[in-house]
Amino acid sequence: MSDTAWEMLSNQAVGAAGIVYFLALLAHLVEWAALRQPGAVEATRATASTTGAGSTASAARAAGGGVAVATGPRNGAGDTGQASYRVALFGRLGLLLTVVALVAHGISLVGRGMAADPNRVPWGNMYEFTLAGTFVVALMYVVVRRRFRLDWMAPLVVGFVLAVLMVAVIWLHSPVAPLTEALNSYWLVIHVVSAVIATGAFTLGGLLSLIYLVKERRPDATTGLLGRAPSLARLDSTSYRIHAFAFPVWTFAVLITGPIWAHEAWSRYWNWDPKEVWAFITWVVYAAYLHARTTAGWRGRKAAYLALLGLATLWFNFIGINYFSTTSQHSYAAPALVGPAEPGAVVAGDGDPGPRLL
Amino acid sequence: MSTDVEQTQPAAGSQPEPPQAPPARRPGELGIREMGRWSWRQLTSMRTALVLLLLLALAAVPGSVVPQDSVDSLAASRWRDSHTTLAPIYERLGLFSVYDSPWFSAIYLLLVVSLIGCIVPRTFVYWRGLRAKPPAAPRNLARLPEHAAYRVSASPHTVLEDARRELRRRRYRVRVDDDAGPEGGWVAAERGYLREAGNLLFHVSVIVVMVGFGLGGLFGYQGGVIVIQGTGFANNLSQYDDFNPGSLFDPTDMEPFSFTLDEFSAEWIESGAGRGMARGFQAGLTYQESPDAETEQYDLRVNHPLSIGDTDVFLIGHGYAPVITVRDTEGEVMYSQPVVFLPQDQGLLSYGVAKSTLSEPDVGLEGLFYPTYVMIDGDPVNVMGDDRNPTLSMEVFAGDLGLDDGSPQSIYVLDKDGAPKVTEEDGSRYRLDLQPGQTADLPDDLGSVTFEGVEPWTRVQISQTPGKEIALAGVVLALIGLLGSLFIRPRRIWVRARKADQGGGSMVEVAVLRRSSAGPEPDDEDAGPDELDKLVAALGGPADGTARGAGRAGRAGEDES
Ligand code: HEM
Repeated sequence: MSDTAWEMLSNQAVGAAGIVYFLALLAHLVEWAALRQPGAVEATRATASTTGAGSTASAARAAGGGVAVATGPRNGAGDTGQASYRVALFGRLGLLLTVVALVAHGISLVGRGMAADPNRVPWGNMYEFTLAGTFVVALMYVVVRRRFRLDWMAPLVVGFVLAVLMVAVIWLHSPVAPLTEALNSYWLVIHVVSAVIATGAFTLGGLLSLIYLVKERRPDATTGLLGRAPSLARLDSTSYRIHAFAFPVWTFAVLITGPIWAHEAWSRYWNWDPKEVWAFITWVVYAAYLHARTTAGWRGRKAAYLALLGLATLWFNFIGINYFSTTSQHSYAAPALVGPAEPGAVVAGDGDPGPRLL
Repeated sequence: MSTDVEQTQPAAGSQPEPPQAPPARRPGELGIREMGRWSWRQLTSMRTALVLLLLLALAAVPGSVVPQDSVDSLAASRWRDSHTTLAPIYERLGLFSVYDSPWFSAIYLLLVVSLIGCIVPRTFVYWRGLRAKPPAAPRNLARLPEHAAYRVSASPHTVLEDARRELRRRRYRVRVDDDAGPEGGWVAAERGYLREAGNLLFHVSVIVVMVGFGLGGLFGYQGGVIVIQGTGFANNLSQYDDFNPGSLFDPTDMEPFSFTLDEFSAEWIESGAGRGMARGFQAGLTYQESPDAETEQYDLRVNHPLSIGDTDVFLIGHGYAPVITVRDTEGEVMYSQPVVFLPQDQGLLSYGVAKSTLSEPDVGLEGLFYPTYVMIDGDPVNVMGDDRNPTLSMEVFAGDLGLDDGSPQSIYVLDKDGAPKVTEEDGSRYRLDLQPGQTADLPDDLGSVTFEGVEPWTRVQISQTPGKEIALAGVVLALIGLLGSLFIRPRRIWVRARKADQGGGSMVEVAVLRRSSAGPEPDDEDAGPDELDKLVAALGGPADGTARGAGRAGRAGEDES
């Protein structure tokens, strides 16, 4: 396959992924709508709690998301049963579509990498990074969905991924270009993979904290997202556990692989470049988050605010610094010395300061 | 363990009880010692650590907004020039070098003190805890969140012995009290001690990283130099174009190496999306680690620095140096050398000046170098960075270039105050447009200028960063400690067994206490299939609640309400 063919495949795959995500979103919205019918929620609840009280933990886990309704006892009249049947059906359909979309999404990433000459990892610019980041959010959701009982979040995650993907396609799209020399390092692969994973996980955790805060304000909501969201305590602890996973990964990405690579490429492992500064700020805020939870006993609301603060700094680094920063990696060489190691200038068209593409 | 420490800390937010003042003293008055102790306790409290952390994050922000001297001195001085009112204020506040400003340093130094004040006592507590036995079984096991009670036919003694063996097998630290009082005997078990060790390791490592980082900042240096193909460099202060030493840097620590740039090459991409970009930059060096060492070869490439002792040499830029010769009207050479032109864009369109001060009067040249020159619609355009059609296009200035009074001048700037622009006889614009080998005669009997050819140059960054291994080891250890701290889940298990009131056998109670930072809710899935269930099963208890129901009250895993 030629490079242009790969690039075209990638573009088409992104389109396909977008459409299927959209269908998945619709399926989940139908699922929600069905939940809105009186009785349906009770039905799922009842199922959940009956199985939950049973002896095996795995049954409880499966029921937590409400998807296992079909296998549980039906209490209530026919229409309630039908509603909960519909909930289950569309819930599954939504998941299936999400997985299909994820596959297309993955193909689009592979296509970007194959389209470049020489082939490379598909994260050379903001478009590609966004593609990879949203992929990780969706993938992570699908993977931890059961373990953390996140089925109820489906519309939110799918909607989020779809929206960001659209932004990427409309505003960030740029043609495939080869990596500049400084980016051509295996540290790039390790650094960016870990940073993308951490970003995806922080985003997922942040969404949970957000829902925590919303639910806290309307604790008795019975319908829609809030109705299905688990208890505040569980939201809080699930969010924590996702953050606890993301934080070491972020540490690895920005405090180990980033500096090693910076050292190889530009002689300074840490130079307080705006990108580095904000990666550091993000790290400190999340450290404060974990620290506050364990030592100051800040659970719940205060912790959620800290988590969202962390998320804000994370995204600001990705979006804000790329677009608004005046001092950037260009500083690594003396004034006008546009050189091989001054990748910012060459990472096509995103005005991005440098190898630290996140 | 940590919880114990927490209890000794002042409650968050509230001030600790003021120490009991001796009656002679007026109320509210604190002795120096109390004051000291009070401040120390405040400083090492968790809340302070948290505030300092957030402050640190906040304090780092301005450095990403205001250009920093150490990051981009040019941007910083430009900023100063264009903000004349703010600049002095910013200067006073240290906003041009945030990361070594007193206030930034104050925050992290306080953090270090607080950190040490926290680690030391915790280490002692941990040390004692390490050797302590697991705490005795609480009186009422049914009050713990996870517990089970059932009846088996085995005797209490057998049950406890089984429990001891089983828990040992699971690598719990076990303590047995088999003394059959009315309450029955018990087994207490604990595991997960390494969590606290991980946490301590993490916090100690944070300090290690700071030390390593600090060493680099204090004793290291960074410098840059442009080396033209065919010329050399020896590692001493005078040879650098720019030099940025740490405050305790000692020039005698510099490695005595030297090198010559034999050849610089790059591959240019001819087609496809990256057309016009270059890659495969390679600078062939011949170097000597010290004046009497053997000469060696090294191909310096991006991402592949050359390490000599403690010092690393990096390839970070390249450009062109047109070789320019100026002659007087007699044909005597007044000036002849490669002149470093600074690239203005990706295509290496470059700007430079030449100052021929032996000429009479001084002759200055200023203009552009086009690596691949093409005339498009009457405008000169540079097509790419490879030197396929090198062309020099310069204006000429004659007079006094201001170099005689000895004041320092940038080699990239022409002082035109005393040297007006040279024009054609009729006053129209005069410009030299030369290709390699061409010579042009200057108006006004100023002589001639020859463009001899082009030499590439590379910009080399040289840095000595002591402590970088320390910092790296620090973060790696911090990460390991962090993983332990986050994912090792300490837990305690108690098993109590007493003779059943009637019918023989024993009444057994088992309880598990997890200590995790996830929250008040037990993490039901994290240990995989339930630890409690498995232990009960291993002790011959009921898998399905046949005996006296496995009370699982309080397992709030599924509170859907
Ligand atoms: C540079 C400053 C610091 C950073 C980056 C930091 C970071 C962290 C992080 C990420 C955790 C969470 C690990 C976990 O959940 O187990 C933590 C826990 C903890 N930190 Fe810090 N910390 C700092 C300073 C301090 C200071 C000054 C103190 C003491 C006053 C302290 C005492 C603790 C304690 C007691 C824990 C909880 C241990 C446990 O979970 O059992 N830390 N810290």
